[in-house]
Parts: sequence; C-alpha cells; structure tokens
Amino acid sequence: MNARTKFLLGGLLVLGPVGYLMASSIKQTGVYYLTPTELSTKLAADSTFRDVGVKVGARVVPGSIQRDPGGREYAFRVTDGAQTFPVIYRGIAPDTFTDSVDVVVEGRMGRDGTFRATNLLAKCASRYENAPQKYRETPGYKAGTVGGSRA
Amino acid sequence: MIVVGELALWIALVMAAWATTISFAGGALRRSDLIASGRRAIYATFAMVLTASMGLWTALLTRDFSLEYVAGHISANMPNVYVFTAFWSGQAGSMLFWALILSLYSAIAVYSNRERNQVLLPYAAGTLGAILLFFLATTCFKANPFTRLDWTPMDGRGMNPQLQNPGMAIHPPNLYLGYVATAIPFAFAIAALITRRLDAEWLAVVRRWSLLSWFFLTVGIVLGMWWAYVELGWGGYWAWDPVENASFLPWLTGTAFLHSIMIQEKRGMLRKWNVVLVVMTFLLSIFGTFITRSGVIESVHSFAQSPVGSWFAAFFFLSTGATIYLVATRLRNLEAKAELESMVSREAAFLYNNLVLVGIAFAVLWGTLFPILSEWVRAEKITVGPPFFNAVNRPLGLLLLALTGIGPLIAWRKASTANLKRQFVLPAACGLLLGGLLAALGMERGYALVTYTLSGFVAGTILQEFYKGVNARRSIHGESIPRGFVRLVARNRRRYGGYIVHAGIVMLFAAFAGLAFRSEHDITLRTGQQFETNDPYGHHWRFISQGASTDKRFNRVVTSVSLETYRDGKPIGFITSEKRQYFDSAERPTFEPSTEVGIRTTAKLDTYVVLAGVRGDVAELRVTFNPLVIWVWLGGALMAVGGLIVMWPQAERRRTRQAGYVSVLAPAHTAVSTS
Repeated sequence: MNARTKFLLGGLLVLGPVGYLMASSIKQTGVYYLTPTELSTKLAADSTFRDVGVKVGARVVPGSIQRDPGGREYAFRVTDGAQTFPVIYRGIAPDTFTDSVDVVVEGRMGRDGTFRATNLLAKCASRYENAPQKYRETPGYKAGTVGGSRA
Repeated sequence: MIVVGELALWIALVMAAWATTISFAGGALRRSDLIASGRRAIYATFAMVLTASMGLWTALLTRDFSLEYVAGHISANMPNVYVFTAFWSGQAGSMLFWALILSLYSAIAVYSNRERNQVLLPYAAGTLGAILLFFLATTCFKANPFTRLDWTPMDGRGMNPQLQNPGMAIHPPNLYLGYVATAIPFAFAIAALITRRLDAEWLAVVRRWSLLSWFFLTVGIVLGMWWAYVELGWGGYWAWDPVENASFLPWLTGTAFLHSIMIQEKRGMLRKWNVVLVVMTFLLSIFGTFITRSGVIESVHSFAQSPVGSWFAAFFFLSTGATIYLVATRLRNLEAKAELESMVSREAAFLYNNLVLVGIAFAVLWGTLFPILSEWVRAEKITVGPPFFNAVNRPLGLLLLALTGIGPLIAWRKASTANLKRQFVLPAACGLLLGGLLAALGMERGYALVTYTLSGFVAGTILQEFYKGVNARRSIHGESIPRGFVRLVARNRRRYGGYIVHAGIVMLFAAFAGLAFRSEHDITLRTGQQFETNDPYGHHWRFISQGASTDKRFNRVVTSVSLETYRDGKPIGFITSEKRQYFDSAERPTFEPSTEVGIRTTAKLDTYVVLAGVRGDVAELRVTFNPLVIWVWLGGALMAVGGLIVMWPQAERRRTRQAGYVSVLAPAHTAVSTS
C-alpha cells in the first residue's frame, strides 16, 4: 500500500462518518423556517404539514400580548403583513419580547388555527444598526431604540 | 483631537495603499529602497490608525454627541469603563478596532523581520497592506465612526445593558486579537507561495503568530461563554448560534494547524495541507467578522445589519480566488519530502486529529450556512439548531478526545507492539477504572460514560508523561519533585505546555458531559412560599421566597427576589436574582429590562436562578441545576496557561534578544516576534 492510498483510506475513515452524521442529522433535525404566508400556503397544499414542527419568523401585532395571570402562558398574534395568526407559548419569554418586535416561534400549527410554540426567540428590531436613518427622523430618543452590537 | 483623528484615518488609507503597491513592486523589482519605503509605510499606517483611534476615544470620553457613533452607543451617565469599550461595541468602531490591531501586528511583524526573511518580507508586507487597505476603505466609506449628525442630541442612546458587563468588555477585544492575528500567517503564506519558498522559513515566522491567535481565540471564546452564562440567563453557555460558531471555526482550523505544523517540522510532510490550513484559518476569521457584521444569517445575535456586508463578500471571494490560483500554480513546490509509513504512528494520529478538527469545522460551517444554502438550492429555508450540532459533534468530539490521549503515546514513523503495550497500559487502565466506577455508581447516560472513560484515559496519558519526565530529571540531575516539574516544563515548553492545554481540554469535556444531567424547574412563588426538589446528585434542596424588592441604583432600577436556600436541611444562604431597567440621564428608560442571574457555584454543581418576572408579591423563577459548570472556566483558564507556556520565548532566545538582535518595540509582545 503506498502513501497515497493510506492517506485516502485514513481520510475516508474519518470523513465518511462525518458526512454520514451530517446527512442523517440534517434529515432528523432540520426545521423549516417560514413566514406566516409561506406556512399558510404549505398548509393549504398539504394538510399533513401540520404535524411537522416549523419555525416561523414574524412580527408581534402591537397590543396583542396577553399573559395568563396565574402561570407563564402568553397569548399573542403574529403577522407578516399578509397573514396573521394567534400563538400560544408556555415558558419564560425573553426580556426583548415586547410589542411589535420580530420573533421566531418554533412549534406546530394546531387544527384550530392557533400556533402552539415550544420556543420563542425575540429580537429587538431597533437593535439592528441600520436604524440610524429612522433614528435621525425621531426628535429626541425613545425607550427601546437600541444601539449596540455583539462583537 | 477628533478632527485630527478623522484626518488621520484618511491618511492611513493612503499609507496602506502606498505600502501595498510599493512593497509588491519592491519585491518584484528586488529594489531595497522600495522595500524599505513599504516597511515605513506600514509603520506610518499604524501611527495614523492609532491617531484616528485616539480621536474616537477622545470623542467618546468627552461625550461629543454630535458624532453619530457616540450618540448611538453611549449616554452621558454611563461609567467611563464602558464608554471606553464602546469603541468596539458598534460596527464602525469595531472596523476601526480591527484596523488598529492589524496595523499594530503588521508593524511588529515587519519590524521583527526587517533583517531576516528579506525575500518573503516585501510580499508579506504588501499582503498585510492590502488587508489593511480593505479594512480602512470599509471604515472610511461604509462605516465611518467620525460621521457627524446634522444636529447635536442632548444625550446618547446608551449601551445595551447586557453589554455592560466586565466579561463583555474584554471578550470582543480578545476575539479580535485572535481573529486579526491570523492575518500574519496568511500574509507569510501568500509571500511564500508567490516566491515559491515553501520550506521551513515561512513556517518559523508563522508558528508563533498562529499560537498567539489561538491563545486569544481560546480566551475570547471562553469569555464569551462565561458572558452568555452569567448575563443572558437561558441557563447555558453555548447555543450553536451563528456568531458563536463563527468564532469557533478559525479556532478549529488553527488548532489543526498547530498540530500538523509539527509533522512538517519533523518529517517534511503535509506541506500543501499546512498552507491550506493557514489560509483557511484567515478566511474563516474574515468570515467570522463578516457574519457578525453583516447579519447575513438570521441570528439572535445579528445586531448588525449594514452595507459592509457586500464589501466583505467581495474581499472574501477575492482572497479565496487569489489563494486557489497561487496554490494551484505551485503544487510542484509543495510535494511532501517523506511518506506516511504506517497507519499506526504519531504522524497518522496527527493526521486523524487534523481530519477530525477540519471535519468538525466543516460540519459547523455547513450547519451555520444551511439556512442560506437550502434557500438557494430548494427555495426553502431550513434551519438546523443545537440538535444537529450536538448529533454531529458529540461523536467527533469524543474521537478527538481519544486522539488527544493517543497522539502523545504513539511512536513516530511506525509504532511497535512493544511501544503500544508499554505506553498504553496505564492510561487505558485509568480510563476504564473511572468509567467502571461511574457505571457502578449508577451513571446511565452512554455518552457521558464514554466521555468520562476517555477523559480518564487522556488524564492518565498526561500524568504518565509528566511522571516519566520528572522521574528522568530526578535520576539524572537529582532534583526534587517540584523543582524537577518546573524545570521539565521550562526546558520543553512546547511539549509540556501542550500537555497542559490537553489537561484543560479534558476538563472541558468532563464539564460538557455533566450537562447531560442538568435539570430545570419553572416555579411560581409568593412571599414565604417554598419549593422543594432534588438535584442531579440526589441532594435535597429547599428554596423559600423572601419576596420582591425594588430599589434604584446609579443608572438603573433593580427588582430583585432572594431565595433562602437549604441543602439537605442545612441553610446555605440566599440566592438573589434581579431584573434591571436602565435609564438615561433624563430618567427615561433605555432598552428592555435585563436579567441578572443568581448563581451559587460549587465544584460539583451550579444552582442557577433566573427571575422571569414579578407581579405583586408573586415571583416567577426558573431554577436550573447545572453540574460541573465551573470546570468549563477552569479548563479554559488552564488552556490559556498552557498556551502561554508554549508561546513564552525560550531563555536562550531572550538572551540573544537582549544582545540587541531583535525587538525593543514592544516588550509585552516579545512572544510574538519570530526567531
């Protein structure tokens, strides 16, 4: 066996499993990332899509957040402008979760048209740095217009 | 000073352009006057970028809110420490910060090589000039920190409170120091490719810089983990977020290079591979900066979304293309000087180590880019999260851990059965003993058991190596054990420093496996109500709410809840967690409230309490038991110490240096200068 074959063999020995692991894990753990419109299109085309866990990126409808007084259940509505649907989330909401922020909810769309989220991520839109244009038009500063970044 | 700074930034841009042109021209024409001019232009660039940085710091510290950057990132009532660090907390400032570090590094590299490596130096200086040119041009045209507002606000927006943390003050600079240091090896690799001088010469320069980069990346990543753990309050320290991955990628390839370089030094093998690793590490650093700064991948962290993205993409593809061309046309010069003799040898073990590291890097890159890739290919955005990264990296990580133990034990060229028996018996026994013990104690998780078995094995390897070394010194020099230990490490810094790094790695793996046993409880408590549960070790815990209190401190209002805590019936004090609302100097709230986690740390367990919210006297809390977390920080610290030992210049070298041979420029950076 010459050196080249040995290199190749060793390479295959390691990279083979790497490739296999990657392919199988993507199949098992990949999650669709959709907008509300895309989700409703998918559901209209194929109703079994309900049973697939998805992530939806959308904006919280201002004033729609309701907290259940006893526990930590949140009910709110999200929208992408065209499609709007209600979401129920149980758990701790991040500090940044407030009116009209962009959120990513992960979970399933129920038959009643309510999205049951198991995971809620919020990002403060104003934290993005392309805000200065908007910020220049605002006289003075408002709470929540945030600059800063993580390096 | 601010105007001077702004002016200096533009002069720096011109200087960098001059350094690039004249250095390449000087190299091609072999004119030493041009080369010297290029060298001086690099020094001048550094001086100018430093002046520009002083200008920005002046603007920040004098709180000149007419500058958009100042108004956008600090407020009048912020402590000066964070005003100082605001320099790199925003996009424009961080670009300037990149340029500052790069110009400093370039000046040091050029200065310390000015009398050596005459053939390589002009091309290396030219390449560094070109990278500087890119960063300065981006700063000047796309993200200028000196941009003025057309009105002057009374106060600034302030800094995100999550960034007002000592960890966050030093984490980004460390990461930048690491990222940027990869540019020097890249520049020398390009120089070596252009001149076709691909022997040991360029590697000697590159090794120390790669170590420096590795050191800062390690420290930066661990600090970032610590920051996420104490500040973000989701109970963990690593979430496979794109920004985290971006810092991990160059660390992986850099680590691979630091191992494979030994093969080239000893055996003249893996020469193409080493060039590829150096280039890859640099490109991944650029990619990391690009991901952080462009918001190209949706990430909770993608705070920055801006026009610099397209410039970065252009620079990225340009440097990739140039490198591919150079490597392709110089394959002939990169032939190996020796052949791999056996699959059971140290060379082979290092080769596997490299393949695993690069395999992990590839998987992480793939997972990070998958949303973009799937959108291109299938027009559907599919994301992969922690389950993907864990599924792939757990087995690969364990393979790497095993190799950490095998590598130092196995002989060069071809290992004999006798060698294997002599070296492996003790470490293997250590591993099996630890694994068996834990299984007997009732540990059930398969991955955790394998991790601890391998950790025992690697720890055994390291102990055996130290024992043999110290023992040899005792019999030869008659030294006592502590003295022998110190001398052993001091005389063989690369080898034993490396083992200390490995010991840090073992701690990290042991800590990661501990997370398999974490448990989490969401609880709602009125004042005086209690919550009882058992931790993963079976100890009984009782938490009694002391109710919520609110008070005003400095620039924030703090709502806190204390839990009186009992462990197995014995009182162990209070754990307090807080919600903070920051205010600007006009008493208006800035930002959303942020969480201050209450953590009680022991060697075995962190009890981690997050205050989710308070309504009346009802506190909503999340209590998490995180086993072994402290070993992540200790392991990280040990890796840094090991890295420092490896980097520290040898005593003999220091003497030559004192004789006036090399650098007086920056004593703190002597470890950096090449020899």
